[in-house]
Amino acid sequence: MSRDTGPTSLERFINGILPENPTYRQILGICPSLAVSNTMEGAVTMAGAVAFVLLGSNLLISLIRHLLKPHLRILVFTLTIAAFVTIADRFLAAYMYDMSKQLGPYVPLIIVNCIIIARCEICAAKQGVGPALADAVGQSLGFALGLASIATVREILGFGTWFGKWLGWRVIPDLSAQPQVWSNWVIMILPPGAFITLGLLMGVMNGIEHARAARLKRTGGKQ
Amino acid sequence: MKNSYIGQAWLVIVLSLAFGAALAAVQATLDPRIAQNKLRDALDQVPRLVPGATGGRAETIGELTVYRATDEQDRPVGWVIPARGQGFADVIELLVGVDESVQQVTGLYILKQLETPGLGDNITAEKWRNQFRGRKTGEDLLVTKAAPTRDREIQGVTGATISSVSVVGIVNSAVTKLRAALADRAGGPS
Repeated sequence: MSRDTGPTSLERFINGILPENPTYRQILGICPSLAVSNTMEGAVTMAGAVAFVLLGSNLLISLIRHLLKPHLRILVFTLTIAAFVTIADRFLAAYMYDMSKQLGPYVPLIIVNCIIIARCEICAAKQGVGPALADAVGQSLGFALGLASIATVREILGFGTWFGKWLGWRVIPDLSAQPQVWSNWVIMILPPGAFITLGLLMGVMNGIEHARAARLKRTGGKQ
Repeated sequence: MKNSYIGQAWLVIVLSLAFGAALAAVQATLDPRIAQNKLRDALDQVPRLVPGATGGRAETIGELTVYRATDEQDRPVGWVIPARGQGFADVIELLVGVDESVQQVTGLYILKQLETPGLGDNITAEKWRNQFRGRKTGEDLLVTKAAPTRDREIQGVTGATISSVSVVGIVNSAVTKLRAALADRAGGPS
């Protein structure tokens, strides 16, 4: 094994969750974040499928990293990712048929999800199995967090449910109906709601990051 | 060796073969389950595709497998034909409901499609599918861009002409196949 010069396993793991969060910091994997984030069930399934593919391909690429030819590496990454995505897709169709139908083309589209190919290139192709797996877990958690945060806002505001469970109220009351009922907030269910939610949440994340950087600078100045 | 094509590409070849074998194994293991899910999904749709039907069962006519739609007393009231064909992005699988005498389309349901999200996938929209309801099966259906003026015309999905033409083509050929199979059976061994 060649000497590892990259970040340690722990750093890789922690970085994936917030400091290098795929959705909010790297702005990767935005297509599924927008497309399947109107229900928590869809978001969690998508995050699970991405986690499986990311773990599998990071592990395999890390194991064969010394055999990679620089000009053929992207081809090997894509091949590996495509194989794991197909397994995930078939598994969902066999054991979670309704969910597989709901996610439709977005499961096969994980093949072109930039998070996975980016992790292969940045981490797995350069580091050992330990950091590569830690990286995969961290990034998967980060992606799940990103998806779940968008889906929570959209499902609660759009359907008035969370994980399909009725919360008892919605944002839009249907005043014409007697007894009064609530109606879905359609824009939150449709793609525009995803863009609005992602934009606002990213603003919040940037605000937090900004405040943290400012605090660091202040305390750093004192020392 | 180092600069030969094989020397460069052997890893890709080995990985392709290994992944190919792995995927074949996965497909062989999971396929019966997936087929079962599809059958259940198809039978669940029968009451919505054929008026008056409450259930159905698979039936083979010649080489064609179709679902016989039955009412509460188990009397046949129509047919549901599973059919597939190439769409714009990938194969489209759908179910066509027709009445007992195969004179009229009574419903359409898309089982599987991977058409362009936001454009082609509108073929699954109920409003679009409902256009097929009540169409005579005498002549092949056609896709038009404007609102249909004749019974055989179906208005295509905006921005998804190829998907629309595919669906209409699959419906036409499914109906034709069922008619041919039924005619064969009627005129066959008796």
